[in-house]
Amino acid sequence: MSVELIVQIAILNLFVQNFVVARFLGLCPFIGQSDDKSKAIGMGIAVTFVMTMASFVTYLVYVYVLVPNSAFLTAIPFLRPIADDGLVEVLRTASYILVIASLVQFVEMFLRRYVPALYRAMGIYLALITTNCAVMGGALLNTSGDTPSEIGLVGAVLQGFFAGLGFTMVMLLMAGIRERLRHLNLPRCMQGAPIAFLCTGLMSLAFLGFAGMAG
Amino acid sequence: MTTFAVGSLIVLGLLALLLGTALALASRVFQVDVDPRIEQVEELLPGANCGACGLAGCATAAERMVTGDVSPHICPVCSEEARAEISRLLGIAVEEREPAVARMLCGGGMGCKTNKDYRGVDDCRAAVLVHGGPKACDYACLGLGSCVDACPFEALFMGSDGLPHVIEERCTGCGVCERVCPTNVIKVMPKSRLIWVKCQSHDRGKVVNKICQTGCIACRKCEKEWPSDAIYGVNNLAVIDYEKCDLCGKCAEVCPRNTIVDLRAAARPAAKEKQPAGAGSDNS
Repeated sequence: MSVELIVQIAILNLFVQNFVVARFLGLCPFIGQSDDKSKAIGMGIAVTFVMTMASFVTYLVYVYVLVPNSAFLTAIPFLRPIADDGLVEVLRTASYILVIASLVQFVEMFLRRYVPALYRAMGIYLALITTNCAVMGGALLNTSGDTPSEIGLVGAVLQGFFAGLGFTMVMLLMAGIRERLRHLNLPRCMQGAPIAFLCTGLMSLAFLGFAGMAG
Repeated sequence: MTTFAVGSLIVLGLLALLLGTALALASRVFQVDVDPRIEQVEELLPGANCGACGLAGCATAAERMVTGDVSPHICPVCSEEARAEISRLLGIAVEEREPAVARMLCGGGMGCKTNKDYRGVDDCRAAVLVHGGPKACDYACLGLGSCVDACPFEALFMGSDGLPHVIEERCTGCGVCERVCPTNVIKVMPKSRLIWVKCQSHDRGKVVNKICQTGCIACRKCEKEWPSDAIYGVNNLAVIDYEKCDLCGKCAEVCPRNTIVDLRAAARPAAKEKQPAGAGSDNS
């Protein structure tokens, strides 16, 4: 894996195809947790962590279970007839949900036992991420279209990591904006989520400027 | 088609079985023994995470109570019964404690003149930084409602008179408002103190009379009425000595400006008719 490709993946996921403001994934935790900087950082770190792990695991599931003639499908005699077609179209979403949910549970247990400080710091966010669409979207994007075979396992993990970083970055930007918004005399109907969505839209327009860099 | 359906079901089932077994094993390996009392205590705590105890939320408080670091009494919010139950769980003697409630120590509001035009952030703590806020009185409630925003129990509301009002049934006496208020005009006190002086101004009577309709002008009527020094004037302000006060309510009756609040009198219809501004002229 060349440095050039790594930089490309980083720029792509941080700015050009940012999960929140360009792909509009993970808006729920984005709006819900971005009213406070410390909360935003906690959520961002947790998402980055889970996305990286999930990219790793789901890529393995994809390559060894789902693709046509995968190791798993050919190993079990009963499944031979469907091995040629593979299960990518049928089972990708379902199996990823399963894998990500289990992974988060596992990580939570591990942290609770061995790194209680981090467990307490991440708190409820870790469990919430189980159903975060940014994580799911990241995993799906890693293994869809023409990318999977090209980027490989390392690429998938990097993609997940930088997508998580991009999420954290936008979270922090938004938290900074919202902390100031709080002291504004807004009409009641615009307080909270509505103004946050408007700001997100404007930020998204700004991020659109990076689109030319996709190359 | 059926092979596909059955095949995918099998794959998903196997995957689920595998992950389920792994998780079950992991939960054994990574098991953490937690004192069951922590959870019980946490359930008895209010769960508002108001921070009145000085700890980071009710979960931390429960943990520290069980380990014996702190007494169950550091929670000013939870009810007597809950506190007794926690004490019983932890095997500590139950202590009786007077329930507390937040009360306003300023009756100015709209009746207090403003001599500055403040156009900044809508928050008392910001306003006080700019020349002590817009009010002419240095001791006054700024009326921007920082305490109302801060209250974790929604026990405060901003009245049309420009002052925050305490809903005593909801107030738990946690003291968050007291800590937020930059001019210290809201204070937690025992609920049984039904009479208190609703002014903190140490300005001379003449000054107070000019800028406020309800502030204490140090006319000493209350002090004369009650010579056993349960109430006396210090630095141009009436002060009640609660050690000696027997809550007779006479001071509130004679007060010409209704600075002294008597909650029992407020409940009586006759006392309500007394106008705060009406008797402002007969002072020192």
